[in-house]
Amino acid sequence: MKNLIKEFTKGIIKENPTFVLALGLCPTLAVSVSVANAIGMGIAATFVLLGSSLIISLVRDFIPDKIRIPCYIVIIATFVTITELCMKAYSPALDRSLGIYVPLIVVNCIVLGRAEAFACKNNLARSFFDGLGMGVGFTLALILISAIREFLGSGQILGHTLVKGFEPIFVFGMPSGALLVIGLLLGLFNVLKGKKI
Amino acid sequence: MTNNLIVSGSPHIHKPASISRIMWTVVISLIPAGIAGVIIFGLDALWVTLVAVVAAVLTELIFGIWTKKKITVLDGSAVITGILLAFNLPSGVPLWLPIVGAVFSIAIGKQVFGGLGQNIFNPALVGRVFLMASWPKYMTTFTQPLRAAGYDAITSATPLDILKEGKVLEHISYLNLFLGKHGGCIGEVCILALLIGAALLLIKGYISWHIPVTYIFTTAVFTYIFGAAQIFHGDWLFHILSGGLILGAFFMATDYVATPLTAKGQLIFGLGCGLLTAVIRIWGGYPEGVSYAILMMNAATPFIDRYTKCRIYGSK
Amino acid sequence: MNLQEYLTIFISAVFVYNVILSRFLGLCSFIAISKETKPALAMSSAVMFVIVMSSAITWFVYRFLLLPFNLGYLRTISFILVIATFVQLVEMIIRKLSPQLYRAFGIYLPLITVNCAVLGVAVLNIDMFFVNGKAVAGSFYYSVFQGVCVGLGYTLAMLLMSGIRERLELCNVPKPLKDFPLAFIIASILSLSFMGFSGFKF
Repeated sequence: MKNLIKEFTKGIIKENPTFVLALGLCPTLAVSVSVANAIGMGIAATFVLLGSSLIISLVRDFIPDKIRIPCYIVIIATFVTITELCMKAYSPALDRSLGIYVPLIVVNCIVLGRAEAFACKNNLARSFFDGLGMGVGFTLALILISAIREFLGSGQILGHTLVKGFEPIFVFGMPSGALLVIGLLLGLFNVLKGKKI
Repeated sequence: MTNNLIVSGSPHIHKPASISRIMWTVVISLIPAGIAGVIIFGLDALWVTLVAVVAAVLTELIFGIWTKKKITVLDGSAVITGILLAFNLPSGVPLWLPIVGAVFSIAIGKQVFGGLGQNIFNPALVGRVFLMASWPKYMTTFTQPLRAAGYDAITSATPLDILKEGKVLEHISYLNLFLGKHGGCIGEVCILALLIGAALLLIKGYISWHIPVTYIFTTAVFTYIFGAAQIFHGDWLFHILSGGLILGAFFMATDYVATPLTAKGQLIFGLGCGLLTAVIRIWGGYPEGVSYAILMMNAATPFIDRYTKCRIYGSK
Repeated sequence: MNLQEYLTIFISAVFVYNVILSRFLGLCSFIAISKETKPALAMSSAVMFVIVMSSAITWFVYRFLLLPFNLGYLRTISFILVIATFVQLVEMIIRKLSPQLYRAFGIYLPLITVNCAVLGVAVLNIDMFFVNGKAVAGSFYYSVFQGVCVGLGYTLAMLLMSGIRERLELCNVPKPLKDFPLAFIIASILSLSFMGFSGFKF
């Protein structure tokens, strides 16, 4: 049991997919305009990650080694399609604002990376917790970035104004603001890790 | 002083140029345009400029202390960045705007790359496009020139704005454009004052003619060909005299660090700037393209340098 | 054949909505491979080739396989499979025909399968040039042209970035910002300067 908890927590800080492994940055930057988008994306990616990790760890013994990557991709794409259709049906507004980044979860390096590095070698329970941990880590990173961007870019978080009289810095709602935030955050983490200036 | 007297072997030519001397000369060359700005737009222009300079210098100082490098505040480069940034702002902006812009210029535009002499982009322009993207409302509200004198000039729009909106420019003469009697940013309006400063730099040999001349010439040719509905009917003189072209060509596109080293490279740089400026002015969403053009060419500079560098004698 | 349409696609794909700097597709490869110009160029040409070909192939798949049988929802799965197969095929052919070419950019090909830019453009083409399940007139040419332009945008960003980063090797950049963080900050400034092209009208 302790092992399983470790598999879960490592994804959140020690091997955080976004900040430590630097995987899956494309959707991270694109959808982090608002916290609501970030949460939606995080849940979608976590679902795909969980589902594909489960199935892959179940069928790992039947897949021939040579064609494993295409097989993984098909499994992942299936879950992505499920997510896409569900999102279209139940939350069309979210689907519109996430746009092409929902189908692009297929090529999110986190999902394929976990399949290749973990799920194909470990049993069901461990893969499940690994996938969950990575998903939660990804979601938390997304929320962090999007909170910074939404606050600076529109002066609000989830529609609530935090500071009165704050002039929103529009640039943080734009692509260049996203790149700037992630660059400075990565630099900040390097400082925290004790790299000298 | 004693260090300067240690010499070895002859002959020698002494040239007093040093980084700080050049930088302070550039500062002096910018003063006429500043004075013109204050005359045209009133004391607001002075405050904006001073605030930007102070913020730039303080940021430079803080970074110098933090990174434990040699303190480079006194070499004047931060002062130039502050002045140039302020010259690219309208005079009516709230005073926190130049502060934010100057801090961003120095921090992201310069110190992130390692400080003086290592920046890829012109710091003042980095600050300017940041402000432009962040607070377009303030950045595009221009004050009426010579308010006290009750001059019958256009209010709150630059000549380029008016052109973009497709209106006809009747009541603005070339002379008024040349003297700066129209809306615009603090330091860009008075062409006369800018040319005086540029002449000083050219005579001193601190900037070469290559970039400014090719830049202005290319813009003129391109706007002459495509500037109007009918081909070869563009008002090229208007395009030279309005907007930030003169300020950009002489003072910002000639940045030592962020522009190519060789004459050939500089010609390419000027050509690219001119082309991009004209394209943005004629077809782009923004009325003015000088800062974007220079930044894009700054980004291309390492490339231009690679393909125009002098061959080492005897090598392939 | 509408010239204006093509110009708009060109400007928006290369500058305004640059794949990397604005849409963030292919960002991983951009940050990882842009340290030197030569590999950057090889990667760009490989990406360009694959994007153009996959734009054409996915258009056929969507128009003649998925639409007639009302299988639009299988878009994601079928596209990624087609792209992966195609890339695999190209890799095998190149390895057989020209070992030299294979050494130059063949090693980047497997990476391209999971490069979001390729799938991204395919999906984007469908979103843009198919209205209500019907192909817009000339949509095939638009799709291929958009593929070319996105490839050009990718190459442009890659080249500028690699030139800048090669020069930065000689600078004493603050240590915490070295490599990735600074690359992102430069990309941010590039993206800001490309904004000069927004709102283009002809």
